[in-house]
Amino acid sequence: MKIAVCVSHVPDTATKITIGSDNKSIDPSGVTYIINPYDEFAVEEALKTKEKLGGEVIVLSVGPENNKETIRKALAMGADSGILLKDENPRDSFAVAKALAEELKSLGAEIIFLGKQSVDYDNSITGQILSELLGYSCISVVVDLKIEGNKVIAEREIEGGREVVEAELPVIITAQKGLNEPRYASLKGIMAAKKKTIEEKPAAQANNLTEVIVMKKPPAKQPGRILGTDSTAVPELVKLLHEEAKVI
Amino acid sequence: MANIVLAFLEQREGKLKKSALEVASTAAKLAKDFSTTAEGIVIGDKIDNLQDATKFGLTKITHFNHAELLNYSSTAYTDLVENFAKEVSASIIVFSNTALGKDLAPRVSVRLSAGTLMDCTALKNDSGTLIATRPLYAGKALMDIKSNTEVTVVTIRPNVFKAESFDGSQSEVVTISADSLNLKTKVIEFKKAEGKMDVAEADIIVSGGRGLKGPENFHLIEELAEVLGGAVGASRAAVDAGWRPHREQVGQTGKTVSPSLYIAVGISGAIQHLAGMSSSKYIVAINKDKEAPIFSVTDYGIAGDLFEVVPKLIEEIKKLKS
Repeated sequence: MKIAVCVSHVPDTATKITIGSDNKSIDPSGVTYIINPYDEFAVEEALKTKEKLGGEVIVLSVGPENNKETIRKALAMGADSGILLKDENPRDSFAVAKALAEELKSLGAEIIFLGKQSVDYDNSITGQILSELLGYSCISVVVDLKIEGNKVIAEREIEGGREVVEAELPVIITAQKGLNEPRYASLKGIMAAKKKTIEEKPAAQANNLTEVIVMKKPPAKQPGRILGTDSTAVPELVKLLHEEAKVI
Repeated sequence: MANIVLAFLEQREGKLKKSALEVASTAAKLAKDFSTTAEGIVIGDKIDNLQDATKFGLTKITHFNHAELLNYSSTAYTDLVENFAKEVSASIIVFSNTALGKDLAPRVSVRLSAGTLMDCTALKNDSGTLIATRPLYAGKALMDIKSNTEVTVVTIRPNVFKAESFDGSQSEVVTISADSLNLKTKVIEFKKAEGKMDVAEADIIVSGGRGLKGPENFHLIEELAEVLGGAVGASRAAVDAGWRPHREQVGQTGKTVSPSLYIAVGISGAIQHLAGMSSSKYIVAINKDKEAPIFSVTDYGIAGDLFEVVPKLIEEIKKLKS
């Protein structure tokens, strides 16, 4: 069985964001890039699935040369091989999904994992778009997964609880925090990853369906008032919330 | 034929959600801006409060009805919205950015070859083009974005757009029995979480962090949330320590929220947390350390001991409400 994981290479969540000179993207200087945090849960689940059902885990990423660092990270965790679908130009979620779909079709992967969202653009749509392009089932924001034969039962997180969803293979799963505890790459894993192959090919041509007009910083919030240092300030706080802010 | 605006009105357990009314109102306002009309689509079984959505300016609401549609089925819902959007020549389709909306909107957009603008916080008509503003990097940046396609799918962030009724508006309601459903992927059970309200939908959130010192002290947060009718949130530190479930986490690897009132208790304000909550309308912080970064985004702060301040706050709010 072929198991695929799609990963993205994103700024560390501790990064302070500065807008680039084009006013359409961020300034990458001084930014540390990491594997998208939700993709770590995806990689872990792919590895666990392989341990149960056998097969191989193939890591895919769409983007520039630097994405290899993130592919390498997944290989160090234990994935078998990687494919970089290379494109230096920015792609929207649809164009990323299109490139992945072309490759995944020829790979014939039966289970495909992604993070539920990338922490850069925060769209949370690539997995669902991919499922429509491939005609596969897709369950998003998954926190529990069981695969028995052809049947897939997953729990997805929604407002106020969890939905238990039933689907069939082939399936796309987008991983939410809580699905598992991602393993650390061992020193042995890191060494082994250096010998694993990352195939490089041009990403399939696709047009972006959306266009960024301008990127900007949110208006800075003016620091407010410190009303006091103990509970004697509470009556004033309640009064302000009630009369000035009118929120209680 | 005119290209209309279509509002997807979400129901859960037979009740329209509050966010569905925001979608109805937003779609009607967009239609006015684009000199066209707006219609609504609801998918479900019986819906108790469908009338609630009829006063926002939608000309018509079509309810696709089937017992199997009470719960979400991505395959069946996608087919129904796709077909209906084509039938009414929708050029803009509006969803709420809820769990269901986030799952369904991108699928529909592929079927309609539409660009998808997710989690929008503002929408405007710029010389005939729909421009959306949306946060990214969990709110550390904003962008204006448009689609390059004839049809555009948007999801709007809950609690940001107001549901405002139009004077004298009364939508026609049409119920259609749905058939030949594709239920290949479907929800077979809903497991309700023990907690109450979800942070993603709450208008008031009280969040606790490491300053609480342990899970046993979170009853303070729960009580404060309860007297305010709000939801309980938590910082990443509190979640990673195993004190609170991940669904309560606010911040870059949790939920990004924009309530009317956000009260941060014992939270110092790591950059990931600030990103996730600083678009709240009013922010209150209670924290011992007056140098904590949380105070840089706070409207009203008390730089004191939460164990002394919070009980007093609960008491004062109870007094106000009685």
